[in-house]
Amino acid sequence: MDMQPALFQYCLQLGDNNLILGHRLSEMCSRGPMLEEDIALTNFALDHIGQAEALLKYAGEIEGKGRSEDDLSYLRSVDAFSNWKLVEQPNTDFAYVIARQFMVDVYQCLLYPKLQKSTNAMIAGMAGRFLKESIYHQRHTSAWVHRLGLGTAESHRRIQQAFNNLWRYTPEILTAKPFETLLSAQGIAPDPEELAMDWTVQIIRVITKAGLRRPSDDFVESYTTHTEHLGPLLADMQYLQRTYPDAKW
Amino acid sequence: MEFQKKLHEFQQYIDAEEKIEPKDWMPDDYRLHNIRQISQHAHSEVIGMQPEGNWITRAPTLRAKKILLAKIQDEGGHGLYLYSAAETLGISRDEMIEQLHAGKAKYSSVFNYPTLNWADIGAIGWLVDGAAVTNQLSLRRTSFGPYSRAMLRICNEESFHQRQGYEIMLKMVKGTPDQHEMAQDALNRWWWPALMMFGPHDNQSSRTTKGMLWKIKRASNDELRQRFIDKTAPQAEFLGLKIPDPKLCWNEASGHYDTAEINWEEFNKVINGDGPCNRERMEHHKNVHAEGAWVREAAAAYATRKEV
Ligand SMILES: [Fe+2]
Ligand SMILES: [Fe+2]
Ligand SMILES: [Fe+2]
Repeated sequence: MDMQPALFQYCLQLGDNNLILGHRLSEMCSRGPMLEEDIALTNFALDHIGQAEALLKYAGEIEGKGRSEDDLSYLRSVDAFSNWKLVEQPNTDFAYVIARQFMVDVYQCLLYPKLQKSTNAMIAGMAGRFLKESIYHQRHTSAWVHRLGLGTAESHRRIQQAFNNLWRYTPEILTAKPFETLLSAQGIAPDPEELAMDWTVQIIRVITKAGLRRPSDDFVESYTTHTEHLGPLLADMQYLQRTYPDAKW
Repeated sequence: MEFQKKLHEFQQYIDAEEKIEPKDWMPDDYRLHNIRQISQHAHSEVIGMQPEGNWITRAPTLRAKKILLAKIQDEGGHGLYLYSAAETLGISRDEMIEQLHAGKAKYSSVFNYPTLNWADIGAIGWLVDGAAVTNQLSLRRTSFGPYSRAMLRICNEESFHQRQGYEIMLKMVKGTPDQHEMAQDALNRWWWPALMMFGPHDNQSSRTTKGMLWKIKRASNDELRQRFIDKTAPQAEFLGLKIPDPKLCWNEASGHYDTAEINWEEFNKVINGDGPCNRERMEHHKNVHAEGAWVREAAAAYATRKEV
């Protein structure tokens, strides 16, 4: 694998994760359990979409085919998206929103400091900007995991269930992809195995502190790149661009 | 006698353009009038998140999505800020939400109209935030301190929303024929509801008199509405869009635009719960509130646990 396609793949995956997660969060607008939380989730959506914008813009530049961040967001189909299955999972309830978000926050809080030291100046610069946002998110979601785990019997049951059901999508986070390994050897991206290990340790630490059990690894790992949920999400998100291909917005 | 004396002093204080603060003595009517108005304003900010939220997931570019998210986030912030201002008068947010759900507290009638195409997001910013800002600029001088300060803070953001809305309209009218059509369609549907936001004619509004005497309201409904029309009609012309009022024309003698009469029958229906989306808006708010109960209970339980 060449360096340029690997770098494209890498930025695309980071961008797609932010884009799809940001989209899911944006669906929560006017649906928060209290106004403060509604505003916080909208704020997170804004941060992730901002990160996606920067990453996809850069991905398009690396690719060199003239695709803008909007082209990449609005004119690709399910197959071409490289986000984790975790981030496309629906907002089943507030516990799912928090569990999903928390898993991504922990990942990004481990990833971005390492990317700040990337030999690629563009990536290092972006990571520095993103890190501040991710630290804030992680503080917020860790606190919620704690609160829900130790709050009431119902909140405990719900957050445990969210982790149990979302755990199926973690192998994808933990398995190194060829382009990650390649970029890691060049000092552009961090060592994916080390990242995966740190991530697991942190997640388990917070979950345990919140009085929750580590979810069981006893599931059949899905070998598809996406679940059924991404298609409808894209149909919604891409509706205007697809319906009026000549329009500028 | 004692009461009459206090009331007299209160009025003198207000007439001197002093601000009433939460701990100051105030007649019950003044307190209730403010609670009603501020909570109605807070509810409007929050319910208003729904029609605009309807287009967040379909926003056509990343930039548009970010702008819309930020705008709705601002509106939620206004809601929070206004709930806090009302709370200084001795009512809790829970009580205000109960009153909303019971239909005792109102919110702006304009949010009971549907958002049907992307230009609606432009039209809401341009017309609805535009009408709101016309009203709120005058409310910066309202006599109740916390409300006045809330308006000061909110007004800049609302003006910004209006400019962003206008920017969407500009893009739409300069775009494809489809986009132009969407823009005109949006103006057709939002023009009259925006004018209704200023409320009934002055001679029809029972609350205007006392509100003006106590300087809660600083300009009359009709005055504000006219100000809005005079400001907005040239903007529509610049966009090349037609305001859906065949009688709209500039009156040289009065220095204002003349307009047709508002459909007050429609206004009254919408105010009383029979508008196009009243039921949906309330149901949405009630459902979300009910679904969030377990989260609020968990947070409360956790907080007491921490205190121990
Ligand atoms: Fe507003
Ligand atoms: Fe507002
Ligand atoms: Fe606004």
